[in-house]
Amino acid sequence: MSEEVKPNPPAPERRSFLKEAAIMAIGGVATLVPLGAGIAVLLDPLRRNVNGGSKIRVTSLDALPKDGTPRKFPILASRTDAWNKYPDAPVGAVYLRRTPDGKIQALNVVCPHAGCFVDFRENTKNFFCPCHNSSFAVDGKIDDPKSPSPRAMDELQVEVKGSDVWVRFENFQTGRADKIPA
Amino acid sequence: MKRFLAWADHRTGVKKLTEEALYENVPGGSRWRYVWGSTLTFALAVQFITGIFLWMGYSPSAQTAWESVFYIQNEMFGGWLLRGIHHFTAQLMTVLLVLHLMQVVVDGAYKAPREVNFWFGLILLILTLALSLTGYLLPWDQKGFWATKVSTNILGITPVVGPLLQKLVIGGTDYGHLTLTRFFALHAGVLPASIVLLVIGHIYLFRRHGITPKQPLRKWDEPFWPEQVLKDAVACLAVLAAVLFLILRPRLFAAGAPMGAELGAPADPSEAFSAARPEWYFLFLFQFLKYFPGQTEIVGALIIPSLLMGVVFLMPFLGQWKLGHRFNVGFLFVMLAGAGMLTYLAKAQDRNDPDYQAAVREASVSAERAQFLASTKGVPSSGALTLLKNDPFTQGPRLFSKNCASCHRYGGTDGMGGIVKDPQSASDLKGFASKEWIAGLLDANRISTTNYFGGTKFADSKMAKFVKKEFSSLTPEKRAQLEKVIAALAAEGTDIPSGGATNQVDTFAEGRRLIASPEMRCTECHQFHKTDEEANGPDLTGWGSHEWIVGMISDPTHARFYGKRSDRMPAFAKQQILDAREIGLLAEWLRSPTPDPRFPAN
Repeated sequence: MSEEVKPNPPAPERRSFLKEAAIMAIGGVATLVPLGAGIAVLLDPLRRNVNGGSKIRVTSLDALPKDGTPRKFPILASRTDAWNKYPDAPVGAVYLRRTPDGKIQALNVVCPHAGCFVDFRENTKNFFCPCHNSSFAVDGKIDDPKSPSPRAMDELQVEVKGSDVWVRFENFQTGRADKIPA
Repeated sequence: MKRFLAWADHRTGVKKLTEEALYENVPGGSRWRYVWGSTLTFALAVQFITGIFLWMGYSPSAQTAWESVFYIQNEMFGGWLLRGIHHFTAQLMTVLLVLHLMQVVVDGAYKAPREVNFWFGLILLILTLALSLTGYLLPWDQKGFWATKVSTNILGITPVVGPLLQKLVIGGTDYGHLTLTRFFALHAGVLPASIVLLVIGHIYLFRRHGITPKQPLRKWDEPFWPEQVLKDAVACLAVLAAVLFLILRPRLFAAGAPMGAELGAPADPSEAFSAARPEWYFLFLFQFLKYFPGQTEIVGALIIPSLLMGVVFLMPFLGQWKLGHRFNVGFLFVMLAGAGMLTYLAKAQDRNDPDYQAAVREASVSAERAQFLASTKGVPSSGALTLLKNDPFTQGPRLFSKNCASCHRYGGTDGMGGIVKDPQSASDLKGFASKEWIAGLLDANRISTTNYFGGTKFADSKMAKFVKKEFSSLTPEKRAQLEKVIAALAAEGTDIPSGGATNQVDTFAEGRRLIASPEMRCTECHQFHKTDEEANGPDLTGWGSHEWIVGMISDPTHARFYGKRSDRMPAFAKQQILDAREIGLLAEWLRSPTPDPRFPAN
């Protein structure tokens, strides 16, 4: 224990409002500067543009089964991951199939429910999500009313140039009924 | 609000706690000399805030540490400010620590019953320095890397446990991923947690014994709030202002200068770094070590500093002696003056050391270049160092100064702006194969100067004699022809002929015709777009092109170049002095007309 006898604080004088306000103002500035710089950096990702939306050559027509069975293809594109740049990195995948009217349909493999990758099941000829059992018909529409997915699989724009299949690759926000680019 | 406060107070006693904290008695009233503890608490808080946000962008590994810091610094919004605040607050903290220690010793605040708190403070001082030391490495730039190598090697000389300790700290025998993960865990986990605990103890003990008033008391006692708090707040604001000034300082003196904390070139264990220095507040130790000859290093690095620190630890006991307090104050001031003197000497020696100055310049060029490449090209997954390793403008000058500058010059220097002591004995290659360079070679007055053939055995060669005889006095017609020859020859080394303007293409075509014509006599000795077994001068086909330079450096004794008549130049590829990649980089650098828009060499 301290041997010293602490004098009682003198009866508080009429505290100066100005002094207290000054303390608050100075304290506020002194805290806000480092905090503000930190928050700016924290929020930096919000300034970044969406990756994707670019047309990518995926494969050639010959690679698509004639009977309309969907086939999965990886999407390779230049990818920027913060400071790293990769010239040819897998950024996603699509299912491509020939439709009965002779066109090509592209479906993003990402399940619109929670973002897992959907499988195509040969035996039942439909898409099935291994995470929460969403299921989709071969054209990507929901084929089971009990399916947890809020919307059909995301169809992507396809362009056939000569014998090459090009896809405008995009990802969309999951968990909602409308298709909004992610 | 009042009801909520009452509710909260009933459960937590927060009101009493706040009142105790704010209405602490300050004997003799508030004073400016009591602000140091508060400024340190403030600085610590700033470091915690900024540190946590930096943490969100930092990635500790040998291929991502520099890269992520680069990204924070240059790409993220406000990143330079955040990093600047963290960096410079750390520096000011060292200053504040010393001021706080001085105030405590001068005012006798270390005496009974405050000994334990004094020791808490000293441990906090050491832990803060440890934070600085570990933080210095984290950007994984050349400066941090080499400084840490030195400091961990010093740790390694500790008797018995040194080598073991060193291996543990750096996570093996080599510096790499584990060094970073360990330093980062220390820097962001172990050390801050220890500091928080000690600070709590420090403040608790401080409150237990109260402030040590400076005698004699000048005024009535005052409560801590608001008088002392206001002084503390103003002092904290001054600290912040100083930090902001240090961040913005480069911009105040040069427009466009990078602001905030420095970021060197990425750490390169294979590239000697002569600009390696510790942070300024460790310079006194750095300088001190210079005075200890081999094998006695341990005395300067560990024994003497430990003894000095030991005396400081014993101050509470020494203070009990009649003259003890005076001794303590005197000792502290002598120690600080000594450290100041050593720091001054270190700075002064560096200022007067041209080699060190050149190393610092080179370091800053490399740093800027690395950041320029990282922002324009993006960083490959192998890390930013790869960018520098494959960059002709970085490697070219280095290779030139190591391999070529003993005979050749580049703009009168060794390629990196340094002066070579040996006399020049081969051509100056700055602007090699450019029109200006060729004009000099084909100038009767210049061909035998040291910048061309002067220092070589070709000073009096057939070529030199030919130029001196033929080109000493030129008719206007001949001069026009020579100019066309020069233009065509310069174009041999570039791809201009196919892509230039029509009149240019005509000039080149005419120049090429003249080179091949008997009247210019070039092809009497040189081969030019036509095989000529008897030619014994260097081939003029594609002369000065990248491919030609690579061939020449690889093997000047090849029949296409100087054959058996070659002077002293080594066959760099044939003799395995340089590999193909290095020769390619060297050639590319030599051949670039303006080395780089942002970094004109030297």
